[in-house]
Amino acid sequence: PHLGSGGHGSLDKSITLPPDEIFRNLENAKRFAIDIGGSLTKLAYYSTVQHKVARVRSFDHSGKDIENEPLYEISVQEEITARLHFIKFENNYIETCLDFIKDHLVNTETQVIKATGGGAYKFKDLIEKKLGLKVDKEDVMTCLIKGCNFLLRNIPHEVFAYQKDSDTEFRFQTNHPNIFPYLLVNIGSGVSIVKVESEDKFEWIGGSSIGGGTFWGLGALLTKTKKFDELLQLASKGQHTNVDMLVKDVYGGACQTLGLSGNLIASSFGKSTTADKEFSKEDMAKSLLHMISNDIGQLACLYAKLHNLDKIYFGGFFIRGHPVTMRTITFSINFFSKGEVQALFLRHEGYLGAIGAFLKGAEQDNPNQYSWGENYAGSSGLMSTSPDVYPMQRTRSGTFDMFEMDRLERPLVNLPLLKDPSTYIPDTVDLTDDAMARKYWLTCFEEALDGVAKRAAASQPDSVDAPERAEKFRQKYWNKLQTLRQQPFAYGTLTVRSLLDTREHCLNEFNFPDPYSKVKQKENGIALKCFQSVIESLDSLGWEERQFALVKGLLAGNVFDWGAKAVSDVLECEPQFGFEEAKSKLQERPWLEDSYSQWLERLKGPPHKCALIFADNSGIDIILGVFPFVRELLSRGTEVILACNSGPALNDVTYSESLIVAERIAAMDPVIQSALKEEKLLLVQTGSSSPCLDLSRLDKGLAVLVRERKTDLVIIEGMGRAIHTNYYAALKCESLKLAVIKNSWLADRLGGKIFSVIFKYEVPCK
Amino acid sequence: MTPIGRRLRSFSRPLPEGRGRRSAPLGAGALRAVAAAVAVEERGAAQRGAGGPWDRAVRRMEPRRNGGGADEKPRRREAENPRRWNGSGTGAGSAAAGPEQCEGGGAACGLRRDSVRKNRPLFPWFGLDIGGTLVKLVYFEPKDITAEEEDEEVENLKNIRKYLTSNVAYGSTGIRDVHLELKDLTLCGRKGNLHFIRFPTHDMPAFIQMGSEKHFSSLHTTLCATGGGAYKFEQDFLTMGDLQLRKLDELDCLIKGVLYIDSVGFNGHSECYYFEHPTDTERCQKLPFNLENPYPLLLVNIGSGVSILAVYSKENYRWVTGTSLGGGTFFGLCCLLTGCSTFEEAMEMASHGDSTKVDKLVRDIYGGDYERFGLPGWAVASSFGNMMSKEKRESVSKEDLAKATLITITNNIGSIARMCALNENINRVVFVGNFLRINTISMRLLAYALDYWSKGQLKALFLEHEGYFGAVGALLELLDSA
Repeated sequence: PHLGSGGHGSLDKSITLPPDEIFRNLENAKRFAIDIGGSLTKLAYYSTVQHKVARVRSFDHSGKDIENEPLYEISVQEEITARLHFIKFENNYIETCLDFIKDHLVNTETQVIKATGGGAYKFKDLIEKKLGLKVDKEDVMTCLIKGCNFLLRNIPHEVFAYQKDSDTEFRFQTNHPNIFPYLLVNIGSGVSIVKVESEDKFEWIGGSSIGGGTFWGLGALLTKTKKFDELLQLASKGQHTNVDMLVKDVYGGACQTLGLSGNLIASSFGKSTTADKEFSKEDMAKSLLHMISNDIGQLACLYAKLHNLDKIYFGGFFIRGHPVTMRTITFSINFFSKGEVQALFLRHEGYLGAIGAFLKGAEQDNPNQYSWGENYAGSSGLMSTSPDVYPMQRTRSGTFDMFEMDRLERPLVNLPLLKDPSTYIPDTVDLTDDAMARKYWLTCFEEALDGVAKRAAASQPDSVDAPERAEKFRQKYWNKLQTLRQQPFAYGTLTVRSLLDTREHCLNEFNFPDPYSKVKQKENGIALKCFQSVIESLDSLGWEERQFALVKGLLAGNVFDWGAKAVSDVLECEPQFGFEEAKSKLQERPWLEDSYSQWLERLKGPPHKCALIFADNSGIDIILGVFPFVRELLSRGTEVILACNSGPALNDVTYSESLIVAERIAAMDPVIQSALKEEKLLLVQTGSSSPCLDLSRLDKGLAVLVRERKTDLVIIEGMGRAIHTNYYAALKCESLKLAVIKNSWLADRLGGKIFSVIFKYEVPCK
Repeated sequence: MTPIGRRLRSFSRPLPEGRGRRSAPLGAGALRAVAAAVAVEERGAAQRGAGGPWDRAVRRMEPRRNGGGADEKPRRREAENPRRWNGSGTGAGSAAAGPEQCEGGGAACGLRRDSVRKNRPLFPWFGLDIGGTLVKLVYFEPKDITAEEEDEEVENLKNIRKYLTSNVAYGSTGIRDVHLELKDLTLCGRKGNLHFIRFPTHDMPAFIQMGSEKHFSSLHTTLCATGGGAYKFEQDFLTMGDLQLRKLDELDCLIKGVLYIDSVGFNGHSECYYFEHPTDTERCQKLPFNLENPYPLLLVNIGSGVSILAVYSKENYRWVTGTSLGGGTFFGLCCLLTGCSTFEEAMEMASHGDSTKVDKLVRDIYGGDYERFGLPGWAVASSFGNMMSKEKRESVSKEDLAKATLITITNNIGSIARMCALNENINRVVFVGNFLRINTISMRLLAYALDYWSKGQLKALFLEHEGYFGAVGALLELLDSA
């Protein structure tokens, strides 16, 4: 049972906490931070997670019967990775939670807990007594800003603009490579306005005493309603025009002819200047909300103008994901800045302080040197704002909400060849926006789920609990899909990529690191056996025919995609489905997107300096499609950087598999062999474990190499990388995007049929 | 709305001097409502495209120079068209017909013709500013009337003069601010006194009815009016009082009035003043300020709402911003929180309250100054912040709540004014509007806040005639037009 989605009205202080849902990995926790606000506590800890990972290792083949041995050895090993856990709960539960932590804490090295927030002082003794840790207080604002910078740098789609009366209330923003400078307006009981210029440089430039405390305090006096959330609920039902004096109340009916907007507020509470009349609680709460939101928006705009800033991030308990306040604040900012300044909000706004306090305590680990990623499997996601789930869900979500970040093995950066990193959007279709597409893909993933779970279980035949884990995986992913049906914006913009990534995260969660490892191993073995004959037949062709055959081979290889249902069905029942059959399935030219002629013309010209290729599938794709193509490029004098995923995703070839494959091909082919030796063919990892490709989050080593080798051609292959993502990506250099559409719905959308071919050769305009 | 009959009786019955203390509520300044207006969402407002009503409203707030702007001129001219008297008036009325009707008329027309000849409008001279809460009326009482003139003065005109100048209160809600009267003023070649009268906007119908009963329309003068009410009540003036208003731009009038009153002074004293040593309770004192060279200045008009103007010259000014948190908010919240019913009552309570019981101060959170940000412990961190706690809600008095409301609104206006001054690069800020009437607490707080937060760079100035400048400006427009 997921605590965050229950439906009980009253909450018991002595609830039992299910350890597999919240406070996960507590036994490995080693560093704590806590942010105690007026009503919510946010606890942060760092822990290590033991994962099973599939490793491949080349056999020593000397003197063995190569024919009947598998290509390489697969072993499942334990790997330890770092994870940041954040849990948010109501202050009421603080004692229960501290007890729980105490009971489950194994690590005795921990001596100190970093604390921030207004309540840190109040609960200091309790924390010290319960946990036996020394409370080390950190400045609230420093923590907020550190947390904010960390999120802005690491979490894609962290930032959104709020739009009411729109299908997509949340307009997620692309992470800008340069996050500074910005204005942070923190609306707690009062308002703090901080200008942030760099990682360590920020300045309190102003504030206002009219903030969340005013709404709450004054609201409680006016309406006799005690709780903040209840006040907001009242406000959302009220009519402020009964309390406020509007322009039309002053000007009468002349507003229209004067071109005035009669509905603007001339004087807040201007109609309550009488002792004779009663005003409803709802109306007063609404008027108060407008008054405070407008005032904050106006001041924020005045400060933004004075300091010449156009980005304002809002946070604090007044905002904290409440749609009513996001709406009024956004409206106010638009009004006062005439649209020049944008009101922005953060998905994980509630965690800023806790993240910052944690970072303060973890400075010796240099967390800022790493890249981090949101673990979709362990994070609650943004709550719905729709009226039917509000407010119960909101109250519950305030009870236990979780956010997990995984430390990535390698730092991730932008591909240096992106034309404009600040406007690059990897995903082709925004499923948050496109309701039809969303419905299709969610159903598609639901339908494929049983198969994926079955394959996961089958991939670990020796494991007794594999079926049970597979079932848990199925349950978890199914729940995620249902959540996404209700709240497509829960983890940022919903895309095919995020659906695929979430599935990978969930598989990992239940220790299915690489369900396709054996399939890939087998297919790689089969394909390698065909390599030489493919090369021979290619070499027998004339130049022009060969170029076409190479492209066709690349495309045919791309048909072998276990991620596509149409193909996996064929592969399940026809394991011997071969390269030639695949070729025959391909659409005849002219293809759906066809710039082959331009490509051919280009090949007649001078060779490229260096090509960067993002490979897709294992087996036939990489061995019979990509490698012959690479070989031809090398022969032309073009250096090649072959980039494969760092971690497994479906049957995509991983970096470690690509190393073995390359080694085996080199043993058969002198061109590849010498290129590897002379470092004209370089195998690198992308830093990703996704079947799709985000060119703004790539391995730093890859980016360095791309720059060093003066890469002037980027080849992106496969549906996940070239269609679901990057179809519209603009690069500074020539690019080739090719894929076979193995999904009839998508083909239909693009105006083609299943197995239609996309061959998109682009030259940037000078 | 209260039945007009009752209002009428109460309004037109003169009260002897000294009575009428229970007066109008809040002084709403010459609020140009749109200026002070603050955003409120409307369904679909955000989606409206360019050219929608929303857009137009916003465009109107864009920089305005050279006074009212071209768009207002035609409207004004139209208003100038005098309505013909319909001839069905009383005998006295017929004697006071307009210039056209006077051709070859009786002796009574002599004075009226005289005015026209000398490029002077006909008496009586009024300036009217109809705000959201309060109507401000200035009346010029000619004191240089010769015996001959007095004889010739039409009965209706005399009645009006006598009625206004011999009373200090009108009905139960009209008040003449005797202490503000400007004596021996020369206007358009005539010497006289300028009277300042105010009454609540909700008594407007009674006022119009009175004008009708006193046969105001028969005098055929032009009634110059500004403020939103000039539009709102235009039709009532026409149908009930047979009067055509000349509607004037609120901001033009305000600035005109400020500059004029400051230039003539306050019966030999300075109109403008400031507080010396505002940060020092012991040494703080009110001192005259010479506003001879006033530009540039930031003019903050605090009526029901607040308008802020940057004034660069008599004709060159710009509406900067406005806020809906103004005098109306203070008074409105006080009514809700304390059950009071007049502005005077609210102010009285505020003067006896302690806002620090209601507000959460920096020191309540940090135990003292918040040095990281250079915030002093006495600064308010959260207005009404202590009221989040049930115990504290139960322990505060009505006086404390009134004081906290006053401090909250005043500080907020100070803070917005300070930011505007910085953005506009202006260091003198003049505060006007009836919110400041009998409100030394706010004036001293504004003086203090501006001085403290700007580290002495900004100066807060105040004017004795607080909320009457719009009405004065309307009167001046009347004289200018002749």
